[in-house]
Amino acid sequence: MITLSRRNLLVAGALTTGGLWLGYAPAEAATTGGLNPWVRIAPDGIVTILAHNPEIGQGIKTSIPMLVAEELDVDWTQVRIEQAIADSKIYGRQVAGGSMATTLQYDALRRVGAGARAMLVAAAAQQWSVPAADLTTASGSVRHAASGRTASYGSLVALAATLPAPAAESLVLKDPKTFKLVGKPIAGVDNRAIVTGKPLFGIDTVLPGMKFAVFHKCPVFGGTVAKADLNAAKSLSGVRDAFIVPGTGGIEGLVAGVAIVADSFWAANRAREALAVEWTPGSGATQSSPGFAAEAAARAKSPAQKVITNEGDSAAALKAAAKTVKADYAYPFLAHAPLEPMNCTARVTGNKVEIWAPTQNPENGRQLVAKSLGIPETDITVHMMRCGGGFGRRLQNEYMAEAAWIARAAGVPVKLVWTREDDMTQGNLRPGGFHHFEAGLDAAGKVTAWTDHFVSYGADGEFVRAAGIDATQFPARFIPNFRLDASLLPLKVPTGFLRAPANNAFGFVMQGFIDELAEAANADPLAFRQALLGDARLVGEAGKRDSYDAGRMRAVLDKAAAMARWGRKLSPRSGLGIAFHFSHLGYFANVIEANVDKDGGVRVAKVWVAGDVGRQIVNPSGALNQVQGSVLDAIGAALGLAITIKDGAIVQQNFGEYPIMRMADAPPVEVAFITSDNNPTGLGEPAYPSVAPALAGAIFAATGIRLRQLPFEAAQLKA
Amino acid sequence: MTRLNINGKTINVTADPEMPLLWVLRDVVGMTGTKFGCGAALCGACTVHLDGAPVRSCQTPLSAVGTAAVTTIEGLSASPIGRKLQDAWVTLDVPQCGYCQAGQLMSAAALLKETPKPTDADIDAAMNGNLCRCATYIRIRAAIKQAAGVTA
Ligand code: FES
Ligand code: FES
Repeated sequence: MITLSRRNLLVAGALTTGGLWLGYAPAEAATTGGLNPWVRIAPDGIVTILAHNPEIGQGIKTSIPMLVAEELDVDWTQVRIEQAIADSKIYGRQVAGGSMATTLQYDALRRVGAGARAMLVAAAAQQWSVPAADLTTASGSVRHAASGRTASYGSLVALAATLPAPAAESLVLKDPKTFKLVGKPIAGVDNRAIVTGKPLFGIDTVLPGMKFAVFHKCPVFGGTVAKADLNAAKSLSGVRDAFIVPGTGGIEGLVAGVAIVADSFWAANRAREALAVEWTPGSGATQSSPGFAAEAAARAKSPAQKVITNEGDSAAALKAAAKTVKADYAYPFLAHAPLEPMNCTARVTGNKVEIWAPTQNPENGRQLVAKSLGIPETDITVHMMRCGGGFGRRLQNEYMAEAAWIARAAGVPVKLVWTREDDMTQGNLRPGGFHHFEAGLDAAGKVTAWTDHFVSYGADGEFVRAAGIDATQFPARFIPNFRLDASLLPLKVPTGFLRAPANNAFGFVMQGFIDELAEAANADPLAFRQALLGDARLVGEAGKRDSYDAGRMRAVLDKAAAMARWGRKLSPRSGLGIAFHFSHLGYFANVIEANVDKDGGVRVAKVWVAGDVGRQIVNPSGALNQVQGSVLDAIGAALGLAITIKDGAIVQQNFGEYPIMRMADAPPVEVAFITSDNNPTGLGEPAYPSVAPALAGAIFAATGIRLRQLPFEAAQLKA
Repeated sequence: MTRLNINGKTINVTADPEMPLLWVLRDVVGMTGTKFGCGAALCGACTVHLDGAPVRSCQTPLSAVGTAAVTTIEGLSASPIGRKLQDAWVTLDVPQCGYCQAGQLMSAAALLKETPKPTDADIDAAMNGNLCRCATYIRIRAAIKQAAGVTA
């Protein structure tokens, strides 16, 4: 990561085409840096800013260059954006995940712009023999007010390129109040290319002499090829090759399968039907979703395997409680299902592998390719392509290893494309989970005890990827006697991070149970939450990622309630629900109005969202799009999405059985941002977790039926 | 050899008559603007026009195209409706990942051709076959209305 600036220095120099470049280089390589500059300014004044992070639809390719352009003091019309290649030595962390980019790189990126600006100012000062302090900049020009002289950046780049780069920590950044670009709605930089169908995405990659590949894998994870007759497939027209890929073992990474290489994707995919493959199924062939549910219920009756947190004495407090409430919550596995299926294009030339991939984590992919093919990482070049959605799925990059392996074995460049069915059945699922709650209230309706036996997946005391729970998950630290335990079920399905990982489910279960406690206390769900949050204060250690600012949460909660006019009367079978959640440094609350018809069909009428992601929304247009998208995504998932496992394989195949929300079901979503004096954070995730519980609350208000399991089933809600 | 009329140009292709138009466009002709999302008429990412009517190109074998004029996203700017929609999409900043948007625009263009002033219900009906996994539906609706000159 670019943490200023002990390890990374600003470096600058002259472009061969004339002009100035500037970027970061590791201290030890400062003199050789510049091959991949972060910003280039040409003699004609055009500024090219490298977008260094993967673009998955979160808008980072627009928002981060805005920070550079702001400090450089150029007009957005002068700016061109280029996608950087994957090179963490130059660009630091290049990952689309955890809503981290904005937080980690905010000031470092501003310093790229400020550094180039400082060099241009220094050049003008030298040229005019005036003190740099007397100069100002605006719209890509330096101005000396006393003499009325101005010079465009383009006219100064040749001289500036001969000057030393400034020390990053010496740079004075703008007062945010003077921002001209940051904080204004800016349309996505690729919009025109998108609406005219220009090649942009990984799946659009075309190389000379390229062939098309599919990779046929065992439906049961970890299965291997026992026997395969490939002759019939090979004899089909358009098919060039078919071969077994032995894989490197295990349930993820490069697994075993049969590759088919053909003149078109269609020809390759059609040939799958002609394959006769006998699989040796993986060790998970007996696993099933109902089996997990039964096991979880049994585990809940025994003592937990693992204590996550235990504050106070919850057993004693439960015994002393005026009232206790028990409830079990559950949520299913989910697939990410980005609309662009997994794909990757690879070319092997001698020892070198070149990869074009839609990826959220190119370095991780590079490592996997190196390991799978047994080659050094330095022989692998990764071109990051725009991703047709990510949602966390492309943090795992097995498709890169597959494409590289197939290209090497076939001896031609290949574009590997997964079918939708491959994409949906080949894993890295959001783990399901089961929570067994008991809480105690005193006579005044205050929560005195809270226990949760969380049954999740893992082995040897370790959660599988993305299943773990943190000891500070709300309402931990807000209830005096609080105990969170976990037990783990073995799982033979690969899991992965889905938008707002873990929180996407914890938001539902915690806030859902809080609603039940409000009911038990005869309290209004909003008032009960306000009391639970208590006074405005910081809970936890200042500066820590898990510190919790009760005041910030209270502010967004009250805002959302006010926007929705919480407490108003609604027609029969309509209701309002409210919830909040903190994750990824973002505070979010929302109110949902929903109507439930006689057949149990749920219709969301409107959603009101309030969020606090710090002192600056970099791009309000992208920010609103992210929040609205997160909310609709969460509603869609709550109302119909589940991946189920049967005989070790995923049941759902395509969008028919995995019905992503469609347009007619998308309600209006009104969003308000509260700015607070805190470091900005990303917006791809934190609005998601509080949605499902608010919807459950609205359904409860409309029907009196408490939903404790995702997704919500219409059958439960019939009048 | 099959003679196709794509975006007003005659293009000769050599491909299996059963090959869906989607793959003829993407892998044979090399026009990658039309997208693959499901291969099963469930997502609309592959929507193109045949003689102005929206079809799912993943379900349209080459043999069924005949002499029909094929319009793809790469040819959408040729019509005033197409340009208006594209401009609305850009200025209202509709795309997130952008992957579905070619299909969305082709469905929207077909809608406005038939129904120049669509109601919300018209929009729902015409657009419901097009999935947007990023859920940009609110802006898609607004952009269609802006292009059509109808107020929200
Ligand atoms: S790819 Fe044709 S409808 Fe989805
Ligand atoms: S913008 Fe990503 S699928 Fe629609």
